[in-house]
Amino acid sequence: MTTNPVSEWATDFDVLDPAYVKDPFPIWDQLRSSCPIAHTTRRGRTWLPTRYEDVNSIAHDIAHFSSSDVGVIPFQPPDGEEIDESEDPLEYGLPPISADPPLHTWTRRLILPWFSHRRVSSYIPMTRSICEMLLSRFSSSGHADAAVDYAQQIPVRVIAHILGVPEEMSDTFTGWVRDVLEFAENPEKRSDTNGALVQFFLDQLELRKKEPGDDLISSLLQTEIEGEPVGDGIILGMLVLLLIAGVDTTWSSIGSSLWHLATNPEDRKRLVTEPEIMPLAIEELLRAYSPVTMARVVTEDVKYQGCPMQAGDKVLLSFSAANRDPEAFEEPETVDLGRKHNRHLAFGAGIHRCAGSNLARMELQVAVEEWLKVIPEFRLSNPDEVTWAGGQVRGPRILPVKF
Amino acid sequence: MRIRVNPDKCQGHSRCIGLAPDLFDVDDYGLSSVKVDIVPEHLKQAARLAVDNCPEYAIEIVEE
Repeated sequence: MTTNPVSEWATDFDVLDPAYVKDPFPIWDQLRSSCPIAHTTRRGRTWLPTRYEDVNSIAHDIAHFSSSDVGVIPFQPPDGEEIDESEDPLEYGLPPISADPPLHTWTRRLILPWFSHRRVSSYIPMTRSICEMLLSRFSSSGHADAAVDYAQQIPVRVIAHILGVPEEMSDTFTGWVRDVLEFAENPEKRSDTNGALVQFFLDQLELRKKEPGDDLISSLLQTEIEGEPVGDGIILGMLVLLLIAGVDTTWSSIGSSLWHLATNPEDRKRLVTEPEIMPLAIEELLRAYSPVTMARVVTEDVKYQGCPMQAGDKVLLSFSAANRDPEAFEEPETVDLGRKHNRHLAFGAGIHRCAGSNLARMELQVAVEEWLKVIPEFRLSNPDEVTWAGGQVRGPRILPVKF
Repeated sequence: MRIRVNPDKCQGHSRCIGLAPDLFDVDDYGLSSVKVDIVPEHLKQAARLAVDNCPEYAIEIVEE
């Protein structure tokens, strides 16, 4: 779907405008100094805060800003189709991300141990061997698409392993995730994909009921809350979330980081010669290229920083915009791989802090480390060929490099 | 130096254990705690790093 080009970002912004997708940073800079909370009525009444302080405080204010719909691009059913909510298999949404307390609280506690700092350490060898396998496919050819052949391939395989679903289905999973997040404006695609995703996980639930394993799906099926099983509808929502949330986001972050290293030889050399700065460097790359924007729904009419927000309005929390705010970061436009003050919000803040943040951080670090081990020197083949996706998740989708 | 994690503010980002693994423990749900009484001299810099990188302002130096 094409939209009218934006001329007034403060009053008529569009996160799918090609200029915003390709290079949102100057747009946020301009808004921050003129109208720090932008507004639009494209796809419904929507607000876009660009200052760190506002994004952070709205993320924490769960009373006024609900997570009942976190989608940046509203889902509109295909023409002629009506949503029958009583028959929606995802009637509980995608908890915990789309839930407020109390549903949020207990569903989140069920998944957190699978993504704890300790548990994620145990996934490192598996992640490393995935990266080695992918690199071996192209390392001697002198060129590769760092997004398609590498970044895109890693998180989907890792999450498939954790969920205990076949890794060979990774291309199918990737297609589904892109339909839901990147091609969200295409209602037919999104509707078909929602159906396919739901059916896939319903089948997986039946399989695990017959033959439980030691995977996350089996564990959820065996969990009881106050003596009652969790319920298939809630588990289904959690599984769809785990697949969607863990794939596009991390892949975008890996891709953006490789794009940065392909275009900044000094930083690339620094990581090779000073590997001890890697933990700080990973946080800085997360700050500078935070992929995620999440929406909130205003719960009651409220005047926020002078903006007349109405119940039902959406607020887009661009964590990337927050992370480029000069009030919160010294020289935010400079990527400083050794940055020591870095309270970045790449994973959000408050009770909805990304439940998979430890996993994402680990995948990003391992992916960069393994790439640099095999390909320490590389550059863009042709900057004009690079394409970016945006909206809910921003990152490179085509990234040809040579080495 | 003594440091403290405010459990009401901590949201489990686990930035602290990543930057200063000798000073912090995090449980299965991400809740961080300090595992030393007095921060040894050689870890003071790591402690400051953890303070300056916590997105929730949950870590504080209670005694320099």
